[in-house]
Amino acid sequence: MSKEAILNGIRRGLKRGPLPADQQAMLAGRLASHPRHLQPARAQLPRPAQVALFLRNVEKEFGTVERVPHAGAVPGAVADYLAAQNLAPKFVLAPNPELWAMPWSERPMLEFHSGRAEATDMVSVQHGFVGVAETGTLMLPAAPTRPTTLNLLPDTEIVVLKASGIVAGYEDAFDRLRAENQDALTGGFMPRNIMFVTGPSRSADIEQTLELGAHGPRRLHIILIDDDPAALAQDAADEAGFAPLPGAAPAWTETAPATDTWAPPAPQPGVAAPQADQG
Amino acid sequence: MQTVHSPDFKRNAARALADTGLQKALGTAKGAFLVRRAQAVANLPEFEQLRDIGRDIKNHTLANLDFYLEAFAANVERAGGKVHWCSTAEEARETVLAICRSVGAKTVTKGKSMISEELGINDHLEHHGITPVETDLGEYILQLRQETPSHIIAPAFHLNREDWEADFRRLHTHLPKDRVFNERADIVAEARSTLRDRFLAADVGITGANFLIAETGSSVIVTNEGNGDLTQTLPRVHIALASIEKVVPTLEDACNMLRLLARSATGQDFSVYTTFSTGVRRQEDLDGPEQYHVVLVDNGRTNMLGTEFQEMLRCIRCAACMNHCPVYGAVGGHAYGWVYPGPMGSVLTPSLVGIDKTGLLPNASTFCGKCESVCPVKIPLPKMMRHWREREFERHLTPATQRSNLKLWAWFAKRPTLYRLATRLGISALHMLARGKGAFASLPLASGWTKGRDLPAPEGETFMSAYARQQRAKGRR
Repeated sequence: MSKEAILNGIRRGLKRGPLPADQQAMLAGRLASHPRHLQPARAQLPRPAQVALFLRNVEKEFGTVERVPHAGAVPGAVADYLAAQNLAPKFVLAPNPELWAMPWSERPMLEFHSGRAEATDMVSVQHGFVGVAETGTLMLPAAPTRPTTLNLLPDTEIVVLKASGIVAGYEDAFDRLRAENQDALTGGFMPRNIMFVTGPSRSADIEQTLELGAHGPRRLHIILIDDDPAALAQDAADEAGFAPLPGAAPAWTETAPATDTWAPPAPQPGVAAPQADQG
Repeated sequence: MQTVHSPDFKRNAARALADTGLQKALGTAKGAFLVRRAQAVANLPEFEQLRDIGRDIKNHTLANLDFYLEAFAANVERAGGKVHWCSTAEEARETVLAICRSVGAKTVTKGKSMISEELGINDHLEHHGITPVETDLGEYILQLRQETPSHIIAPAFHLNREDWEADFRRLHTHLPKDRVFNERADIVAEARSTLRDRFLAADVGITGANFLIAETGSSVIVTNEGNGDLTQTLPRVHIALASIEKVVPTLEDACNMLRLLARSATGQDFSVYTTFSTGVRRQEDLDGPEQYHVVLVDNGRTNMLGTEFQEMLRCIRCAACMNHCPVYGAVGGHAYGWVYPGPMGSVLTPSLVGIDKTGLLPNASTFCGKCESVCPVKIPLPKMMRHWREREFERHLTPATQRSNLKLWAWFAKRPTLYRLATRLGISALHMLARGKGAFASLPLASGWTKGRDLPAPEGETFMSAYARQQRAKGRR
């Protein structure tokens, strides 16, 4: 069988037999401890500057950003963004309890369904997991509450991200995932798919000249919820009168969203139970 | 496998130099990647250190490749995937075909993959009645034109905008003939809408892999268009093709390599989509493939281990070497005659298909050293090209005139007094002949050189005599 042929070929080339047990244990230890390498200094910043770096990098890569003071402001921000872009107020919403809990009924013009994206969906509203400040990159691990097709099929993707989810580097993003995600199939933390997304889709295949909107979304818009007092610049924090304690639930989460086109689905395994990735 | 046309390098190169369309395309593209890379590197002060770390990670992995491949395979299987170990291209082609047949596949979408080109997957599927559809914009037009990529990350490097418009008009017959392409964006939009249905209809999606992660059993693709993600998300089956040296131990190791890859390749800080695939869709997932196969290919790599070409296996296929190569910049990628062009190809191609068929490639270099200086994992490409030249000489593959000239030169070089005398005479003769012109447009016995460029005229003294003179001057001070 070719597996043995390849492994033997490797050992022959390296002029040794199978690795001795102690060497194997050492390598297994390296896998288990997965040591970090050099972390670029550019993102090792105080929280407000780190968030600002994230936003600057998103815009550098042709994404757009809006900051909102709390989750209750998200439906309004979605509606206003779609109107400003001259887009129909219709979208597919990630089936995520945090997103469901937002007061969508305050914007009755909005029409949406919740689930995976289909070819006919022109806009998606996705749940962001983590933002990497170093390059303005979103980490979007697949989950029943965060379908991958929302990142791919629609022309416009809107990602709702919390400021508390912004980290310095990719390694920090993976550490969040290690801490917060439990994969039932493997017992590990990796889901089927993790997309790191930096700006909207593009191609430079024609004369090495950049064109946006190749096969994925043409527009990537991030709505950043300022849930992290430490991430606000001090003067901005004062101005906003920002003082909620972490974990304090805003009043509107108590009422379930209700629109003409959508009602909260009956609890389903894996959907009703929020993934342990709420950052 | 793709036919090897490397023995025709000289003829291919001459044709490429005379090809006005190609020269225009090379002229347009030249510089874009260089400037962007330089900016990206300048914006990351740690880049040099990251290169050293990247080299060390790859060296460590290669030294323990058997261990990491087994760990990778075990983790793929834990996540419900399957690993197919393939020693040869033929075995890999048969494996891919068998997977496609097992699900009754009619069409297969494909993300851009150089290993797929190396293995000749498309021809094989087509031959057996399965339609492969290339979905990367550049690969797509090449499939329409029945051409091969001329660059490993920008496959249609050799084409101009006019070519795109003409081909789309000729082959997209479902669209109005008199439509207008006002800008490049119109071409991109047409490809997007044409390919959308293919993505949705495909039974199997085939991608390559920029990295494999032993720790998690993941395959990683790095793209800008999103076609690779549509390819590996929408169909029922995802096949990832990867050669054995793509594995790195951990996610942290991959992070370091990813900081190097996009900057070296396109000069982006990070590509738009960097995606980790781990196994099959989970029970409660709403999308994703039901089957996940990794076709792990040797096809000559294990033979490179333990040789002076082992370091070539560090290559992460960023294309920085070809972007910075004066030879590639002059003749483009097709002249090299096989899948991998430019300096990395001149080292890798002989390793994979044999120096007897590819002897001209390690000679297609000015040895300016730029390739090594920009390589994100510091592969000593010029040194390896020299190794290939030595092997070629040892095996009597070097042309007879070149051999006898080298022997003649060696005879003099071993006799320093005579060598210095001869060079002094030759140089002062050339200096006098040039009569202050600075360069020769033509010269007897050197027409091979002067046909393409001027021969600089010597300044009148040899290096050794200039050195001796300066030393004497210093001594007097």
